[in-house]
Amino acid sequence: MAVISYIDAITMAMREEMRRDSNVFVLGEDVGVRGGVFRATVGLIDEFGEARVIDTPLAESAIVGVGIGAAAYGMRPIAEIQFADFIMPAVNQIVSEAAKMRYRSNNDWTCPITIRAPYGGGVHGALYHSQSVEAMFTNVPGLKVVAPSTPYDAKGLLKAAIRDEDPVLFFEHKRCYRLIKGEVPETDYTVPIGKADVKREGSDITVISYGLALHFCLQAAEKLAQEGISAHVLDLRTLYPLDKEAIAEAASKTGKVLIVHEDNKEGGVGGEVAAIIAEKCLFDLDAPIKRLCGPDVPAMPYSPPMEKFFMLNPDKVYEAMKELAHF
Amino acid sequence: MTSKRHEEVGLTDAQVVDMYYYMLLARKIDERQWLLNRAGKVPFVISCQGQEAAQVGAAFALQPNKDFLCPYYRDLGLVLVFGQTARDCMLSAFAKAEDPNSGGRQMPGHFGGKKFNILTGSSPVTTQVPHAVGVALAGRMRQEDLVVYTSFGEGSSNQGDFHEGANFAGVHKLPVIFFCQNNKYAISVPLKKQLACESVADRAIGYGFPGYSVDGNDPIEVYRVMKEAVERARNGEGPTLIEAVMYRLVPHSSDDDDRVYRTREEVEEAKKKDPLIVFAAYLRDIGLLDEEKEKELLARVQQEVDEATEYAEQAPYPTPESTLTHVYGE
Repeated sequence: MAVISYIDAITMAMREEMRRDSNVFVLGEDVGVRGGVFRATVGLIDEFGEARVIDTPLAESAIVGVGIGAAAYGMRPIAEIQFADFIMPAVNQIVSEAAKMRYRSNNDWTCPITIRAPYGGGVHGALYHSQSVEAMFTNVPGLKVVAPSTPYDAKGLLKAAIRDEDPVLFFEHKRCYRLIKGEVPETDYTVPIGKADVKREGSDITVISYGLALHFCLQAAEKLAQEGISAHVLDLRTLYPLDKEAIAEAASKTGKVLIVHEDNKEGGVGGEVAAIIAEKCLFDLDAPIKRLCGPDVPAMPYSPPMEKFFMLNPDKVYEAMKELAHF
Repeated sequence: MTSKRHEEVGLTDAQVVDMYYYMLLARKIDERQWLLNRAGKVPFVISCQGQEAAQVGAAFALQPNKDFLCPYYRDLGLVLVFGQTARDCMLSAFAKAEDPNSGGRQMPGHFGGKKFNILTGSSPVTTQVPHAVGVALAGRMRQEDLVVYTSFGEGSSNQGDFHEGANFAGVHKLPVIFFCQNNKYAISVPLKKQLACESVADRAIGYGFPGYSVDGNDPIEVYRVMKEAVERARNGEGPTLIEAVMYRLVPHSSDDDDRVYRTREEVEEAKKKDPLIVFAAYLRDIGLLDEEKEKELLARVQQEVDEATEYAEQAPYPTPESTLTHVYGE
């Protein structure tokens, strides 16, 4: 099995789906001739032509809104938002339209669109090329929100998103693009949306995370293992709707829970995860639920020491895990 | 006798009488819904009154079962031509389970239905414009002969989605007709506070396709301009913006009071140009309508509205628990 990068897994998923189904097409800014500013769509225009790999005008609401119209008609659009930070002009289309089309039409119309958006920091992207915006969309029934952490999951979840009958917001951590590599089969497979995944089995503490931070958790778990502390690591993979059973199961397993995400703490996905644990298995806990998250400031600054202060890293996660283990 | 203007644009005698029927039906459904609202039987009404000529004129230039609609909330006349019935509209007004638009989930005026080729709509204005462009794009990808109509008010022509959608359609020369129904008011705000340009039609030049302003009280004129736009679209010549100018004869909705922002004199003046009166006069002038025929038509429409009202009032509501269904595919 080939070891490839996270971004190559995403490109592979799109290429395979476009070959499989002529209804699948890509639209967005710079996705055609340039192959995307991150190169996620590289080569697609050569294989599928400009009718199916569309360089759109620079207008996010139209990228999503035109995609919605095409999806309702029966196509399978993949709309790329160049940076998740720039998704805001399209929020009306995502929340008022895509998410509600099935419900408001009493199941008459559907909207099988996939909206890809690179998010997250650690790339000197400053306030407007680093944000984690997922929490804004994890309170919107009708929408599915996915955030894979590994190349294997990225490919399988993107293929599942494209085939899904409902709109899927697909967040790709941009720092993972070339940093994270892993084994990815060249065969056709999907990873189910709505299912979390245990990325490491352990017995002393439970860490729940997603995206880039998940890798920091795995690195910290490795270090703690050498010190005799065994960490159980759950990758949420889908942020909405959450895999409530898997969360409760993972929390109950050790009775000590740390939730880790790069997004701001207050109102982040971690709060909902904590609430699920409190509702389902409070009496299995041996310690208060802890959260390690980005600080509650508008976004991460450009200046390197400030960016570093904002960002999580394996050391910060290690400290938080160790502290919880010793509670 | 006046000349038969409709023949010059390719409409038959039977077609113009049919147009009048649809205009009358839309008006009478609308009027009945106001009565029902004032009687406390339906919670909300949003009207097409004063805009029927533009809507029916536009609809007659399209092909139901083939072309697509992404309409806005006043398009009652249009959706009737595309196959919705008085019963469908009343089921929606009463929010009953059988409402084909939404199964009683949405307010009236939120038209939709796959079997009518009408894409489901929402309340945030102009979001349907990019959808229309997307349907047209999909139709082209599948090499289908398909024209998409989308409509909005003059106030809504200020929304980003209008500009983003029009620009996209212009760049890709897509078969979309942007049909602005300029009824002079965005709820209470008059035209002069909405636009600095002379006409909404002027906005088309910025997107590289033609824009026309037309008398929205004259269904024949609207049909003529629409037909040209449809032909351009079918020939691959791209989109057209049409501004139909008319007057909203009633308040914005059943919850609005228009006396605070416009004079009764202004409304009375506009009523003299009520498209139903003007068009009926034309049909009488050319001998297609007489007292007997008019009575017959009115009786037919009244019967449809009566039966629809009765049916919808008796029809069952959706079950409370069905609130939980159709969030995602099963």
